[in-house]
Amino acid sequence: MADERILLSHGAGGLKTRKLIREVFQKNLGNAYLQQELDAALIKFSTNKIALTTDSFVVSPIIFPGGDIGKLAVCGTVNDLAVMGAKPLYLTLGIIIEEGMPFEVLEKVVCSLGNTAREAGVQIVAGDTKVVEHGACDKIFINTSGIGFVPPNIDLRPSKMLPGDKIIVSGSVGNHGIAILAAREGLNFTPPLSSDCTYLNYLIDRVLNLSSGIKCMRDPTRGGLATTLNELAQQAGLGIKLYEEAVPIDPQVRRACSMLGLDPLYLANEGKVIIIVSAKDASRVLEEIRKFDIGKNANIIGEVTDAHPSKVVMETELGTLRVLRMLEGEPLPRIC
Amino acid sequence: MLGLKLSKEKLKPLLKEISIDRNIRIMEVCGTHTMAIAKSGIKQLLPPNFRLLSGPGCPVCVTAQEDIERILLLAEKPNVIITTFGDMLRVPGSNGSLQEKQAQGADIRIVYSPLDAVAIARHNREKEVVFIAVGFETTAPTVAVALETARKENLENFSIVCLHKLVIPVLRTLLEDQTTEIDGFLLPGHVSTIICTTPYEFIAEEFQKACVVSGFEAVDILESLWLISRQLKTGRFKVENQYQRGVKKEGNKVAMEAINRFFEPTGSLWRGIGEIENSGLKLRPEFSCFDAFLKFDLKDVQVKLAPSGCICGKILRGISKPEDCGLFGKVCTPLSPVGPCMVSSEGACAASFYYAGGDIIGR
Ligand code: SF4
Repeated sequence: MADERILLSHGAGGLKTRKLIREVFQKNLGNAYLQQELDAALIKFSTNKIALTTDSFVVSPIIFPGGDIGKLAVCGTVNDLAVMGAKPLYLTLGIIIEEGMPFEVLEKVVCSLGNTAREAGVQIVAGDTKVVEHGACDKIFINTSGIGFVPPNIDLRPSKMLPGDKIIVSGSVGNHGIAILAAREGLNFTPPLSSDCTYLNYLIDRVLNLSSGIKCMRDPTRGGLATTLNELAQQAGLGIKLYEEAVPIDPQVRRACSMLGLDPLYLANEGKVIIIVSAKDASRVLEEIRKFDIGKNANIIGEVTDAHPSKVVMETELGTLRVLRMLEGEPLPRIC
Repeated sequence: MLGLKLSKEKLKPLLKEISIDRNIRIMEVCGTHTMAIAKSGIKQLLPPNFRLLSGPGCPVCVTAQEDIERILLLAEKPNVIITTFGDMLRVPGSNGSLQEKQAQGADIRIVYSPLDAVAIARHNREKEVVFIAVGFETTAPTVAVALETARKENLENFSIVCLHKLVIPVLRTLLEDQTTEIDGFLLPGHVSTIICTTPYEFIAEEFQKACVVSGFEAVDILESLWLISRQLKTGRFKVENQYQRGVKKEGNKVAMEAINRFFEPTGSLWRGIGEIENSGLKLRPEFSCFDAFLKFDLKDVQVKLAPSGCICGKILRGISKPEDCGLFGKVCTPLSPVGPCMVSSEGACAASFYYAGGDIIGR
């Protein structure tokens, strides 16, 4: 460890990231809240619970097809609260700006941030801005922290998962990761690739109102669907069986991925939620999700099982089995 | 043609026809095939006596360790920007990988096309921009286009590490090597779109081995295996082209011309296989100004090779499989790869690691 350095892959959301979190952050900062490794901390206030979370956003380019860093900063934090069953209420905003950034671009980002916050029904109630020397950050870094209220009857966590529960994903996977990569590297695809960046709190709220059979939820951001399902399987101590045919993937995402040697199951999403729900309620919940425009491609993609604890196994289109591991390092496009 | 969608019902009779009453070893020589086979779990469907081996098809994997060490030396030079495809980044050398050099401050950039590297050279005239050109006949034409662009624009600060390899000579070497015991080849569809299918004819005629040029979907591969088993059963060997939607009879003349304009065949060192005559491409003398190893005087530099226990070389010849390596999955993982086959997503070890099948369930 002594001469180890931070590599980019330490931030890619896979095993390396987990190692970093455990060996540096948990070790030095650990407490009962952090140890739960949830998307937002649940804190009891007399009889009510609040959810609290924070996230930093660095993305290049800062404006990309389907969104920008401002929209992302609101959606990311809103979604982290929402998947814990919280109603997102207030956000704080910390911005670090690189000297020389055109006012116009900043204005655009902040305007988008404001619009997204209004649409998502959250208020930005505190903020801070720093400007650093040219080269000390890349254009603009944003941190948002968010706080939300958890209704007393809501309690979502992996330990509630049971064999037989169904797994729903709210739409096609991989869109954000591949869109950012294409935008950053100037790769043009027709039809163009677009990020799925959006807030999920209304969709999630509807689902929670509809069914008491929701066990837990996650938003599969960095590391993608495969990594998030692995986290769930490990935390629940149960297996997850996935059906390849059932996982929604946009044809243009599939094509771009196969060109670049990337697997959409490991690419980031910024507007998707994975929902673990009792078998009894699954089709009702799915139907409701599909009523939303952002949920029209939702599908039941698999189920919880006790057959292979802590492992995610996918039945391929050919009927063969494939173990899906967590992402190791960062996904690197291959030579084509 | 089976079409691109294969129902499980259609699959059954097809698999039955593939089965054969003796041990069969078929080698794929294309990284994309390796990955597709692993990902789709095709091996789970085949009878146990019908084995698929990964050959020297992953560009990063076949690159000799000596060349990797030289690239790493190049990365340490001041004022140099290294541009490379992503899967070269983590290949370990005796003293770290390009990724580690990057963390230590070296300027190393991932590009998606050799033309991106030229653009970097255009915008950084005061620096030397080097593109690491690895790959087969499919990559060489794109590098030729980049060289043409750099030549036209007089970009004297652009050069390449030219490590291109050719598929045909290595196939011959494998066939002449008695230890490999290969019954047939799944031939690379992409390479064939450039060189067409004629150069493969010696495999069937001279060596009496089965061979089919295959596409990259799981169904393509299954259909090709079926064609291969038919050749094996009838004893009538010929180059069959399953990938008709991609491979034209005459290949790609424009691409071949681009290759021939800038490059000429040369002896090349392959990991685990050694030097093979005329199996690589080097820059023609009139373009040697683009040769980074010449420019930086690294051509004949002696490099130290640290023994690592990696058996990639044997895997590339189809003699061993990843699971035979004592380091596989324990010491050597994609996170901390010991050999290149664990680095590239097309490497046999990475494919086996990521796309392990049902057999590891419960382990
Ligand atoms: S597992 Fe690692 S060390 Fe072993 S052969 Fe493969 S790449 Fe080399």
